[in-house]
Amino acid sequence: MTSKRLLRTLAAACGLAVGLAGQAFAQSKEVRVYNWSDYIDEQVLKDFEAETGIKVVYDVFDSNEILETKLLTGKTGYDVVVPSATFLSRQIKAGVFQKLDKSKLPNLANAWPEIYQRIAKYDPENAYSINYMWGTTGIGYNVDKVKKAFPDAPLDSWALVYDPANLKKLKSCGVMLLDSPEDLLPSVMTYLGLAPDLTNVKDVEKAAEHLGKLKPFITKFHSSEYINALANGNICVTVGYSGDVFQAKTRAEEADKGVNVEYVIPKEGAQLWFDQMAIPADAPNVENAHIFLNYILKPEVAAKASNYVSYANGNLKSQDLLDEAVKSNPAIYPTPEVFQRLYTVPTVEDSKVQRALTRAWTKAKSGR
Amino acid sequence: MTDAVSTKRAGSSGLGRRILIAIPYVWLLIFFLAPFVIVLKISLSDATIAQPPYTPLLDLSAGWQGVVEWWNGLDFENYTLLTEDELYWVSYLSSLRIAVISTLLMLLIGYPMAYAMARAPKSIRPALVMAVILPFWTSLLIRVYAWIGILSPEGLLNAFLLWTGIISEPLYIMNTETAVLIGIVYSYLPFMVLPLYASLEKLDESLLEAAADLGSPPWKAFWQITVPLSIPGVIAGCFLVFIPAVGEFVIPDLLGGSETLMIGKTLYNEFFLNRDWPVSSAIAVLLLLVLVVPIAVYQNVQARQLEGKA
Repeated sequence: MTSKRLLRTLAAACGLAVGLAGQAFAQSKEVRVYNWSDYIDEQVLKDFEAETGIKVVYDVFDSNEILETKLLTGKTGYDVVVPSATFLSRQIKAGVFQKLDKSKLPNLANAWPEIYQRIAKYDPENAYSINYMWGTTGIGYNVDKVKKAFPDAPLDSWALVYDPANLKKLKSCGVMLLDSPEDLLPSVMTYLGLAPDLTNVKDVEKAAEHLGKLKPFITKFHSSEYINALANGNICVTVGYSGDVFQAKTRAEEADKGVNVEYVIPKEGAQLWFDQMAIPADAPNVENAHIFLNYILKPEVAAKASNYVSYANGNLKSQDLLDEAVKSNPAIYPTPEVFQRLYTVPTVEDSKVQRALTRAWTKAKSGR
Repeated sequence: MTDAVSTKRAGSSGLGRRILIAIPYVWLLIFFLAPFVIVLKISLSDATIAQPPYTPLLDLSAGWQGVVEWWNGLDFENYTLLTEDELYWVSYLSSLRIAVISTLLMLLIGYPMAYAMARAPKSIRPALVMAVILPFWTSLLIRVYAWIGILSPEGLLNAFLLWTGIISEPLYIMNTETAVLIGIVYSYLPFMVLPLYASLEKLDESLLEAAADLGSPPWKAFWQITVPLSIPGVIAGCFLVFIPAVGEFVIPDLLGGSETLMIGKTLYNEFFLNRDWPVSSAIAVLLLLVLVVPIAVYQNVQARQLEGKA
């Protein structure tokens, strides 16, 4: 029995020790960047190191929640982090970030005013962050499978996935939706003709209830698995982030098994999201962080980054330097008409509203 | 007189022994009790938008005044919340149910395995033990991902069954509770097999021979001798797999569907989605009570039984 007790204690201790792992001390000639996985052209980092002599220590995460938890715990040791704007807004209020010293960011002159104006809703006066990439939340689908299961499918509308009669036809070939109430419910609300405002608990509950009706036809709610599932042909339709669907498309093309993936921004409008670069209040290398941000704001660097990840960036001057395939793709750089239909969703701050949102979401997903 | 002797003994060899005993206690204090107290403390605070995202509860810099304020502001609203919404109870119960079912399945599969291993020729036993441990050389995450490849509609299992003609439509196992059970049973089976093997291997075979000599059929000898003597192994194995299975998060997240509510996932949602560290801490404290109290009681009873025998 003693050995068992020891084992149990060891297991508990290991789990806890991970959280206690300390942060290494910082050196003067480096910048520590914490960004999303698969989200940068490695060459950009190499060029930066060659040009400035500052070493980039680069780590990656795969969800806003993980980043947020680290930031709220404090002392991350990172100099530049990349939260999405909805999360950034709350994190600014929590006092996680420091204001940018704009005198050190002359390249902000290249910024795209229209994008920065939309971001100002989350980051007033753009005081705390610069835009790295932006995109939309729309529908990704397997062209041939959808055609086979549902020949006259309304491919340009949320009705494709949110009308129960339509979704029923797609059930057999697989449906995955984002497992994130903040990113998915606004589109359901748009389909139902409601304003996509998550602080309106009544409307949120209506949307969640509607989602509950769709549940029998949904294979799974997950925020990253759909990339592979779509690329492999395991599912035929998903509601996901634009860039992730493009990634699925690229992977499907590389695999060359005849899986043909497309992305569409539905005509009713879709949610805009922004991934923002910001400097934590306790960053060890503030000076280098500004040098890094200013470097990212160079038109040729932003263009290089966008060409690699297939997302649009908030750098107006970079557009002349983009690959034609990226620039002319309306799913990446929407036409002005479509852009007008894209909306932003205010951040939920009240913890009671947040719980109501998560609760409605859990209820829709689990039937409880 | 006797007192003097015992004190002397404790004085000479006692110090070294006490230090030796103290080491595991210090270890427990630092790595188990201290973090638990922190979690307990957070569970009594309130969520807020700040860094860290809960109200500082006990302000020691304010001295006695701070302690008084803390005491006056103390409430258990995070715990009462857990009783108000059925979600939490349903999650706890469903976690316990899945853990019980998978533990029983593991016992059913693991016992014959361990028995066969213990009855195998001595020369190949180390190789068999090795074979049981071997999967641990690959990361759990990769092994669970492999199950996605096997169970998914386009996966190996369905491809094989369709090819043999046993089924004409792919089976939907992936993203159901069945997939979660398969994942848990597969991942934890070695923890069941090893303690069972350890207790079965020690079994004195002459007892079985004696039973046979006295005319007992093999199944009866198995039931009346082997099984009772392997009970410690069964209990150790069940605890080893049951406890982690209750709190399992990775396997239901990857293999399960949205209707598989488990407490690990609910805790994750509270912590990461709701950013409510106090409520998630309360869930964790309650989970610990649900698991530790029955086990502590059980161990107590068992210890008393052993004393009674001695």
